[in-house]
Amino acid sequence: MAARVVVSVPPSAKRGEVIEIKTLASHTMETGFRHTQTGELIPRDIITQFVCAYNGVEIFRAELFPAVAANPLITFTTVATESGTLEFKWTGDNGYSAAQSASITVT
Amino acid sequence: MTSRRQFLALAGGALAAPAAMAQLDPNIAVKRRVALQNAIHKVVGEAELKTGKVKLDIPPLIDNGNAVPLTVTVDSPMTAAEHVKAIHVLTEKNPQPFVLAAHLGPRAGAARISTRARIADTGQVIAIAELSDGSFWSHTVSVIVTLSACLEDGLI
Repeated sequence: MAARVVVSVPPSAKRGEVIEIKTLASHTMETGFRHTQTGELIPRDIITQFVCAYNGVEIFRAELFPAVAANPLITFTTVATESGTLEFKWTGDNGYSAAQSASITVT
Repeated sequence: MTSRRQFLALAGGALAAPAAMAQLDPNIAVKRRVALQNAIHKVVGEAELKTGKVKLDIPPLIDNGNAVPLTVTVDSPMTAAEHVKAIHVLTEKNPQPFVLAAHLGPRAGAARISTRARIADTGQVIAIAELSDGSFWSHTVSVIVTLSACLEDGLI
């Protein structure tokens, strides 16, 4: 499955400003609690972890559980400290892995 | 046209579904409550869980439990000395109490996270914040769910 992810980071910010980052990953987040019509359990297939690093330093991390809705949306904030790149990484069941990056100019 | 064999297979399936529901544990409500308490204990440990500081923003009436938008805001200056270390979101009626655990630090600038959750049934949703001084604060909201997530399995 193609791992499609979208992140929204303001392209520029003032130094010290608190910026909001929105992330969205395309994933079914199969809970592992549902059954098929024939009664077989559909195995769990979820994203379990999300990490955001700002110029290589981890600033936000989240553990996801089956109760997170499909196509997990995570919004959080950070302080714009310096120009550089924000790296986003999602990992999950069955070897799922997706990455995305965004650059920011801090003035 | 539906053959007799197909019809019987379908009818058998329809009968089997309520039978599966009937096998549900009658003590499920108690078990879910105990599971939630255990989950809270796992987060908080022996520390005292106080109410306040945390604001869980979630619609009180949920049409579709499959994707419920929620925002957790914690009243904190977010400095190196005093900040929020983690925000946990838990539910009362889901098969597993945990929804999301977010780990943040002073670089977050503000303690505010948003996500979308699956909520199985009318009950409580709890947000717990872990502060850098080791204290735990919570906010509990009761929500009403009209269309539940995972209702088709009779899980709730």
